Amino acid sequence: MVTANNELAYNSKIEGDVIVTRADAVINWIRTNSMWPMPMGLACCAIELMATASSRFDIARFGAEVMRFSPRQSDCMIVAGTVTYKMATAVRRIYDQMAEPKWVIAMGACASSGGMYRSYATLQGVDRIVPVDVYVSGCPPRPEALLDALMRLQTKVKRERSAEKLLSA
Amino acid sequence: MSAPAAALTALREKFPRVTERASADHPAADVPAEELLAVLRCLRDEHGYDLLADLTAVDWAEGASPRFTVIYHLLSTATPGYLRLATACAGDTEPAAPSVTGLWPAANWHEREAYDMFGIRFTGHPDLRRILMWDGYPHHPLRKEFPLAGVETPLPDPEIVAETGAKAIAAPMAGGPFVASPGEMKMTEAEPRAKDESWNEAKDKPE
Repeated sequence: MVTANNELAYNSKIEGDVIVTRADAVINWIRTNSMWPMPMGLACCAIELMATASSRFDIARFGAEVMRFSPRQSDCMIVAGTVTYKMATAVRRIYDQMAEPKWVIAMGACASSGGMYRSYATLQGVDRIVPVDVYVSGCPPRPEALLDALMRLQTKVKRERSAEKLLSA
Repeated sequence: MSAPAAALTALREKFPRVTERASADHPAADVPAEELLAVLRCLRDEHGYDLLADLTAVDWAEGASPRFTVIYHLLSTATPGYLRLATACAGDTEPAAPSVTGLWPAANWHEREAYDMFGIRFTGHPDLRRILMWDGYPHHPLRKEFPLAGVETPLPDPEIVAETGAKAIAAPMAGGPFVASPGEMKMTEAEPRAKDESWNEAKDKPE
């Protein structure tokens, strides 16, 4: 038989086991600290992305070490490298396949603006096909810059009104 | 006489229409398109040029005739040395050349690239599709009249286009191309982005 918990007053027996907070804070705390990247490694920036994941720079400190090669399992697409027009449609398709909530980091000059490739073959900034949250300058950016971008993204996600979005979805 | 030069001399005795071609490095020859396959087969089978190191093309610009030339770089692994052969394409608007995929399977992708970039049709190629640009791209980017920045073209995937409205655009050259030699001008001022008036912090990126 299920007994209803009809205690209305403060229960001293569970003192210390309960934390009172806002739903937004909890959801965002979970999201920011397990942001699994979709490594969209298209050029030399991907080498720096790999360095960021390795022990010296250790992206695991920020909970983003699980590079998922399936868009279904990733939260944050890191576009690392030159996006050609031929690849652009594939990048957008993979972005579409990622489950909400999802974010995008444009890593390096090429992904941000086309970089030095002012040419017939290169997409002039990945923001023309996917919404970008953080841009990283550099050619290629150092791993610290990517970590900084990740931390900025975490700051951004912490400001999101996640509970409201979840309820209205 | 080096091995490639000797091979070339022997070749010219057998094929009198093969003429010597000016070259700064390896021995080179011009071959008429009709004799190309016979000449290349002779070089492969009788002179040991068993490796097709490169196959590319040259566009001598509109007005020139013949306008397109296909270049073959051959390497002999038996008697080391390179040999370069060139053949003028038949047709200046829709150039064509014989395919050498039957001699060296390596030519397959090289010829697809030359077709993609220059529009040269290789007769006898088993699968002449574009290799770098997407299928259905209407231009041949390495032709002289094609601008480096490109021209506005719709993207191949209609779903993505409907979703994003993206298209291949003429890339903003932003004061470039970036050609500056040290001492001539200040590098910071010569940097294309510094001259970019169309797209900066104050003004949005043009669509």
